[in-house]
Amino acid sequence: MSPSVAELLLQRLEREAAGPGGGLCSLEAAAALGLDHQTLVGAVKSLQALGEVIEAEARAATRWELSPEGAEVLRDGSPEVRLFQSLPAEGLPQSDAMKLPGGSVGFSKAMANKWLRLEKGAPGGPRVLRAVAEVQDGVQQSLRRVQRGEAESLPERERAELKRRKLLLEVTLKSYWIRKGSAFSTAVSRQETELTPEMIATGSWRQLPFKPYNFSALGLPPACGHLHPLLKVRSQLRQIFLEMGFTEMPTDNFVESSFWNFDALFQPQQHPARDQHDTFFLQDPAEAPELPAGYTAKVKKVHSQGGYGSQGYKYEWRLEEARRNLLRTHTTSASARMLYRLARQEKFSPVKYFSIDRVFRNESLDATHLAEFHQVEGVVADRGLTLGHLMGILRQFFTKLGITQLRFKPAYNPYTEPSMEVFSYHEGLKKWVEVGNSGVFRPELLLPMGLPENVSVIAWGLSLERPTMIKYGINNIRELVGHRVNLQMVYDSPLCRLDA
Amino acid sequence: MLINQNSPSFFTADEEFDELCFEFGLELDEITSEKDIISKEKGEEKAKGASDTILYKIDVPANRYDLLCLEGLVRGLQVFKERINLPRYEKIIPAQGEGQRLIITEETVQVRPHAVAAVLRNITFTKERYDSFIDLQEKLHQNICRRRALVAIGTHDLDTISGPFTFTAKAPSEIKFKPLNQSREYTASQIMDLYRTDSHLRHYLHLIENKPLYPVIYDSNGVVLSMPPIINGHHTKVSVNTRNVFIECTGTDITKAKIVLDIIVTMFSEYCEKPFSVEAVEVVYPNGKTHIYPELAYRKEKVKPELINKKIGISETPSSLAKLLTRMCLKSHVIGNGNNIEIEIPPTRADIIHACDIVEDAAIAYGYNNIQMTIPKTYTIANQLPLSKLTELLRLDLAAAGFTEALTFALCSQEDIADKLGMDVSATKAVRIANPKTAEFQVARTTLLPGLLKTIAANRKMPLPLKLFEISDIVVKDPNTDVGARNYRHFCAVYYNKSPGFEIIHGLLDRVMQLLEVPPNEENGYTIKATEGKEDRAAVYSRGCSGAQMFPYNPR
Repeated sequence: MSPSVAELLLQRLEREAAGPGGGLCSLEAAAALGLDHQTLVGAVKSLQALGEVIEAEARAATRWELSPEGAEVLRDGSPEVRLFQSLPAEGLPQSDAMKLPGGSVGFSKAMANKWLRLEKGAPGGPRVLRAVAEVQDGVQQSLRRVQRGEAESLPERERAELKRRKLLLEVTLKSYWIRKGSAFSTAVSRQETELTPEMIATGSWRQLPFKPYNFSALGLPPACGHLHPLLKVRSQLRQIFLEMGFTEMPTDNFVESSFWNFDALFQPQQHPARDQHDTFFLQDPAEAPELPAGYTAKVKKVHSQGGYGSQGYKYEWRLEEARRNLLRTHTTSASARMLYRLARQEKFSPVKYFSIDRVFRNESLDATHLAEFHQVEGVVADRGLTLGHLMGILRQFFTKLGITQLRFKPAYNPYTEPSMEVFSYHEGLKKWVEVGNSGVFRPELLLPMGLPENVSVIAWGLSLERPTMIKYGINNIRELVGHRVNLQMVYDSPLCRLDA
Repeated sequence: MLINQNSPSFFTADEEFDELCFEFGLELDEITSEKDIISKEKGEEKAKGASDTILYKIDVPANRYDLLCLEGLVRGLQVFKERINLPRYEKIIPAQGEGQRLIITEETVQVRPHAVAAVLRNITFTKERYDSFIDLQEKLHQNICRRRALVAIGTHDLDTISGPFTFTAKAPSEIKFKPLNQSREYTASQIMDLYRTDSHLRHYLHLIENKPLYPVIYDSNGVVLSMPPIINGHHTKVSVNTRNVFIECTGTDITKAKIVLDIIVTMFSEYCEKPFSVEAVEVVYPNGKTHIYPELAYRKEKVKPELINKKIGISETPSSLAKLLTRMCLKSHVIGNGNNIEIEIPPTRADIIHACDIVEDAAIAYGYNNIQMTIPKTYTIANQLPLSKLTELLRLDLAAAGFTEALTFALCSQEDIADKLGMDVSATKAVRIANPKTAEFQVARTTLLPGLLKTIAANRKMPLPLKLFEISDIVVKDPNTDVGARNYRHFCAVYYNKSPGFEIIHGLLDRVMQLLEVPPNEENGYTIKATEGKEDRAAVYSRGCSGAQMFPYNPR
């Protein structure tokens, strides 16, 4: 077996660079070994991969070379000289002169050098005549110097001009300066990359050198699917509610009647939220075919006349308005349906409910608002619940979300009284930010349903998008929700550990 | 609302004021100046010369009309901090024949049936007070008055007119007067044309435009006070120098008209010669009956102290609770040997309609953040909805199968669910939205496919293949439900690559069926059959029912 290129290189390095600090230029070595330079570079790289056998320092050098056109000029002379010399003493019409050796390039260069003159008034059109007796081919001489390796001795301007005429090329040469390494040896032993069953069977692994692992590079990413970050947060919130003993409410109706969305929640029919500007109303099906008869009458009465200890809103309540279908603006409509169902049970039993689902708002869209978002809602119904209980549950819930610094601000919601906005101290923003809304459902909402008078219902809500955007550092909601999602963000998003 | 710092203020530091707002249920939104606002909206150049007096931007709860102007806000906070006593608003009824009267004629019934009125006597305006007076009317118009649809307010210099006043309705061509800040007279029809392009007033024209008769108020000499809800007459314009103000509120909702009148007079009677006194006006109805306005009604409620304690979760003495309520402008005292608290609800607090509203005020005065937090002893066993449970389990295994979860919109254009999928929209049974702002919200989706295809289109720069799935709800009309529509939970998956890879989607289907314990056989499992007429499509049948479709997406 003939020695490999690597071995040839190592042998040469052993011979030529015996002294300390000595080395080889890869270009010279390739020339001396009669190898293509690229082949030698390949051998250098494979030796580098073995460890400390050699040291190789990358160098870059520029060199001037003749282009194919430059080689032609060196052989035959420059176009301007060739044209000058072919021009007869009596001259030629300009059109014929262009056809001489050297052609139009030679003509324009010779004219520029003032070697020729043009007699415009001559019979039969302009005539080209010699303007000087003798010319020197400076271009050819310069190229000859380049050919001899003396390019550096040419003035910079001249080199640039020859490069512009595409007679010279500037070539960058990458080479290596090769020295012996600390583990230098002329014998190349191939390092094994993997342990094979054969090596174990024969015991050869004991003698074989193994290639070290490259720990600084990333490994091969596994082929896998990914869960969406918002829905990862949803799973965690479901988990939190389940840990706290909350039962999931059905929310499988994006279409809701105004009755359940507003009227049942004691939200008056002229309330701004019931405006076209805020709510998506439906064209088809425009009206809900069915409202619970007896209950609807009670809702009408409490709005228009009051009752259950309430003054009511004292306005003319209209059934047509309650029938108008819409896309639910909150999941509290589903909570109202569940409470109504609870009220119709033979005997009241305490409940804890939750839901996380989509709601819709006909709002102007921006970086933090979309026409649809997910609402998280928790509801507790029991006898004797207090505002302190609501705050206690909120503290438990938000602690599980990793939010511990809370304070409560009085607020107004049409269907809760007392109402509280929940604020948390944001370390990044250095201020208190709203993280949720909560309250005790109004008696005008609960008593018409038929719930016992001493039953209180406390509830709170928040959006799923906001904590997700904070958790995953997303500024534009469109990158998170909807088809313009950034899939790379989905691929890269970490686990959702809210309280870690 | 905006507060000018040069106005009466009693807070020492911004932080302290912020704290007070929070405690009281207000939100100190921003501390800014006119200069800052203009420079943010229109650039620094335009802000040159604007005032740099500091302004406090405060969000007020939507039902607290008594906090909408500086007068009311300062009064409310001063009472809360126990720096002043709650003023008592007094209705002064002039002697027989000396008071103002407002006569409502029958013609108003069809267009704007209700009117109430009051007089503020010997008032002293300053520039700030006058601005606040105008500003409050505008805020009420936008808020409780529902952009003048329910109530419209007109204020007039009483010294320029003479009663009795008549609230009637006339054909637009018969009404002629010089509108506020105009230089000549117009007929009502011309006024409507005049304001068609007015950035502010054009929003109110629709309220009466198509009525045969327009509402109008005249004095005894035929001077037009106003044409509600559009514009006042110029003749009665109120200025800083006006001493006697006639206030009328007309509308379609009498309850709200009374509240609005009460709010205006309680807020600004502070500046009358006899502070907090309001001169009543007699309103005469078409049937001859009369009523005295403003109502300025004080209502008494009784609430048991233990109820308040129980609802909040505190244990305060009855007298301490009464004190707390008094700080919220609800003057209270203990009655019946401490068994009851009698609370007087002033005319400024129209938001108090139930005992629960009183409980809230007690809690606010106590301080929400002083309430002891406790965990309710409500014992319950948690349950998940079976469909959610299945969805959660399936999502995990679909991701484990190498597919990535998408989350697309439930609303889309009609084109997305019909035309683009080669379907007729009537066949989709789609729920249609009446008032979409853009085509993106025309219908609720009837299939998950368009969302996934759009997700791919938006992510074409990502390395191939793309394997996506979504498990979410679609909506279709269903006359058998109480609302006429219902959701269905769908599962959709797409594979996108340079080569079709139909077997990959097929393989995913087989995997899902395996996870669901449905075997691949005709008897009690699933089969895939080519769709007749469309040989590149297949339907999946399970136990005799067609439940799914598979097809390579046709680029057409």
